[in-house]
Amino acid sequence: MTDLLYSEEEEALRAAVRDLLTDHCAAADVLARGESDTPHDRALWKLLAEGMGLAGLLVPEEQGGQGATHREAAVVLEELGRAVAPVPFLTSAVVATEALLGCADRELLGQLASGRTIGALAVGLHTAPGAGTETVRVENGTLHGELRGIADAAVADVLLVPADDGGLYAVAADAVTVTPQVSLDLTRPLATVTLAGAAGRRVGDAGPAVRRALRAAAGLLASEQLGVADWALAETVRYLKERKQFNRPVGGFQALKHRLAQLWLEVVHLRAAARAAADALSSGADTEVSVAVAQAYAAPVAVRVTEEALQLHGGIGMTWEHPVHLYLKRAKADSIAYGTAGAHREALAALVDLQGP
Amino acid sequence: MTDADELRRRTRELLAQHPPASTDRLDFLRARFDAGLAWVHYPEGLGGLGAPRSLQGVVDAELAAAGAPDNDPRRIGIGLGMAAPTILKYGTEEQRRRYLRPLWTGEEVWCQLFSEPGAGSDLAALGTRAVREGEDWVVNGQKVWTSSAHLARWAILIARTDPDVPKHQGITYFVCDMTDPGVEVRPLRQITGEAEFNEVFLTDVRIPDSRRLGEVGDGWRVAQTTLNNERVAIGGMALPREGGMIGPVAKTWRERPELRTHDLHQRLLKLWVEAEVARFTGERLRQQLAVGQPGPEGAGMKLAFARLNQEISGLEVELRGAEGLAYDDWTMRRPELVDFTGRDAGYRYLRSKGNSIEGGTSEVLLNIVAERVLGLPAEPRTDKDVAWKDLAR
Repeated sequence: MTDLLYSEEEEALRAAVRDLLTDHCAAADVLARGESDTPHDRALWKLLAEGMGLAGLLVPEEQGGQGATHREAAVVLEELGRAVAPVPFLTSAVVATEALLGCADRELLGQLASGRTIGALAVGLHTAPGAGTETVRVENGTLHGELRGIADAAVADVLLVPADDGGLYAVAADAVTVTPQVSLDLTRPLATVTLAGAAGRRVGDAGPAVRRALRAAAGLLASEQLGVADWALAETVRYLKERKQFNRPVGGFQALKHRLAQLWLEVVHLRAAARAAADALSSGADTEVSVAVAQAYAAPVAVRVTEEALQLHGGIGMTWEHPVHLYLKRAKADSIAYGTAGAHREALAALVDLQGP
Repeated sequence: MTDADELRRRTRELLAQHPPASTDRLDFLRARFDAGLAWVHYPEGLGGLGAPRSLQGVVDAELAAAGAPDNDPRRIGIGLGMAAPTILKYGTEEQRRRYLRPLWTGEEVWCQLFSEPGAGSDLAALGTRAVREGEDWVVNGQKVWTSSAHLARWAILIARTDPDVPKHQGITYFVCDMTDPGVEVRPLRQITGEAEFNEVFLTDVRIPDSRRLGEVGDGWRVAQTTLNNERVAIGGMALPREGGMIGPVAKTWRERPELRTHDLHQRLLKLWVEAEVARFTGERLRQQLAVGQPGPEGAGMKLAFARLNQEISGLEVELRGAEGLAYDDWTMRRPELVDFTGRDAGYRYLRSKGNSIEGGTSEVLLNIVAERVLGLPAEPRTDKDVAWKDLAR
C-alpha cells in the first residue's frame, strides 16, 4: 500500500527548507517584488537550488542530481507553497527536468540539476496532461512562432519548445523574445515567448516528454496547493483567536468555528491525496488515477480555504498590504495550472470506467 | 515481552489441543480466551498476554488459516468496543473476571444505556435517577437509541446519583442486569421501517453496589473511556477502492448506461474523488497509528464519512430514476446486524441520515475539532456551576 506518511528524512528536508524561507522569503518582500520588474527572487533560488541542491532532486546522482524522488520534491513544494515563494522550482526542477528525463539529453539535464541553469517548458501553464499543446513551426532549420502563458519564462535560461515536426527543442533564452504578461498570480508570472528564426537543438520527441512532465506537475502541484491551504488555515485560526469584536475573540463564534473545522477537515484530506500522488509518482504504481484524484480534489480545496481565509479576515483581508491575496491568487491560478479539476475528473471517467452518457 | 514467534507458538498449541474441526464453537472460544489469545493486549488471565496490540493480527491470521471460528465481532460490537475497555480500566478484579470472558465469547451480549430523550448531545444532563437503598441502587428513568437491548444480558448504564451538584459531578456508572423485572425494552422504529434500536424503561430496577464501575459521582469520567472507543469504532475501517458506499452506485452506473445524464455524471465523479480521498485519509490515519503517532485526523473521519454516505446514497436514489421511487420493504423488522451498505439504495439513503447523528452529531464533532484541534475558544457555558436540579429543561 501507498506510504502516506513523511519519513524522518523528508521531515528534515522540510525543516531545512522552512528555515531558509523563514529567513529569506518574508511576505512583505514577496509582495513588493511582485510589482517590480524582477518578480522572481534569484537570490533565494540560488540558495535553494545551488546551496541546498534542490534543483537536482529528481535527477539521478550519476547525471549530476540528488537521486531523490517525487516524495521529497512534494515536501519542498509544500514549503514553497506555504511561502508563495517566487522561485522556479516547479517549472524548472520538476516540469523542465521531467521533460528532459523523458528525452535522452544528459547534458542539459545536468545543467538544470546544478541549479545554475533555469529551464522552462514552453507549454501554456493551463495545459492538462494529455491535452494538445501549441507548437512552433520548423522552417529551414529554425523555429518560428509564438507561445503564450509560459510560467517563469522570464527567468529561464533555456526554453524547451515543442515544434510541429514532433520534436522538443532546447532554445537559449537570448535567442527568443520573452514578453512578460500581467498575471493573476504575481508570484508565478507568465510570459509570451516569440521565436523568429530561433536556433534550437532537438532533444527528443515532444509528445511523451510533455505528457510525462505535465503528469508530474499536476501530481506535485497538489502538494503546493496543500502548502498554500495549510498556511491560509493556520494564519486564519491564529488571527481569529486574537481578533476581538463584541468583546470576544471572533474565533469563539460557533458559526466561524464550524467553518474553520470544515476547512481543517478538507486540508487533512488534501494532505492524504497529495501524499498518495507523490508516492504514486515515485513508485510508478497507479500513477494516473492518483494524480487525477489529487488534482481533482486539491484545486477546489485550496481555492476554498484561501477564499474563506480572506472572508474570515474581514476588511484587512481585502487590503493589498495583507498577504492573503497572494495565496488566493496562487490558489486560483493553481486551479487552472496543469488542468482544471474538471479536466482531471474527465480523465478519471476514462481511467476508472465511469464514462459519461 | 511476548513476541510474534511466541504468539504463533501459543496459537498453534491452542489449535493442536482444540482442533477447530472437532471442537464445539463455544468451547473453542473459551479455550482461546483462557490461552490469552482473545485480545493479546489485555492482561494475563483476562483473555490476553499483555502483548502489544499490533500483534493481534499474528494470532488472527494463524486462526483464520486453520479455519477456527471467531466470536462474530459485529454481533457483539458494543461489548467488545465500549463495555470491555471500560470494565478493564475501571472494574474491580472480581468484575473483570466475571464479565470479560462471556463478553468476549459472545455468550453474553452487552448494550449501552446512555442517551435519553432529554439528554442527547448534552449527555451529561441525563435524568435517570439511581438512589441508594442499603446495598442496592434503585434506578428509575428512560433510555433511548439502545442497540441490541432486546438481545442483551448486561448493559453499561450511567445514572444520576446526586442532583444537587453540577451535572458532570453527580453521575455514577453501573452494570445493569437486563433480565431485571424492572427493565422494559420496546423497539424504536426508525425511518427505514425497521427497528435497530430500542427504548428502555427502567422502573425500580435494583442494582447491587457491587455492580458499580468506578467511584460514586465519577461516572462522567468513566464514560469518557466508553465514548472515545465508540468514535474510534465508527470512523476507522480499512477499505479497498470503491469499498464503501460509492461501490454500489459505481456498479449501477457501469451496468445501466441508460440511466446516465450529464448532471449525474459530474456529481458522481466529484463524489468518487471525495470517496477515494477519504479512503486515503483513513489509510493515512491507520499508518500513523501503526507507527505510534496518532494524529488529530481521527476526530474528523466520522464527519467526512457521514457526509459522503449521505450524498452518495442520495445520488444513487436519483440515478435510479423511476426505480428510485420504489422502496424495498417497509416491514418492521429487528435486524441483528447493521450494514450501512446493505439492502437497496433507498434504505442506504435513509439509514445514512443517522450517520451524522449517532455517536456524536456532526455539529458537536465540529465543535470538538475547533476547540481541541484548532484551539479556538470554547462555547460560553451557563451550565457548569449550576446544580443539575436547577438546569433548564
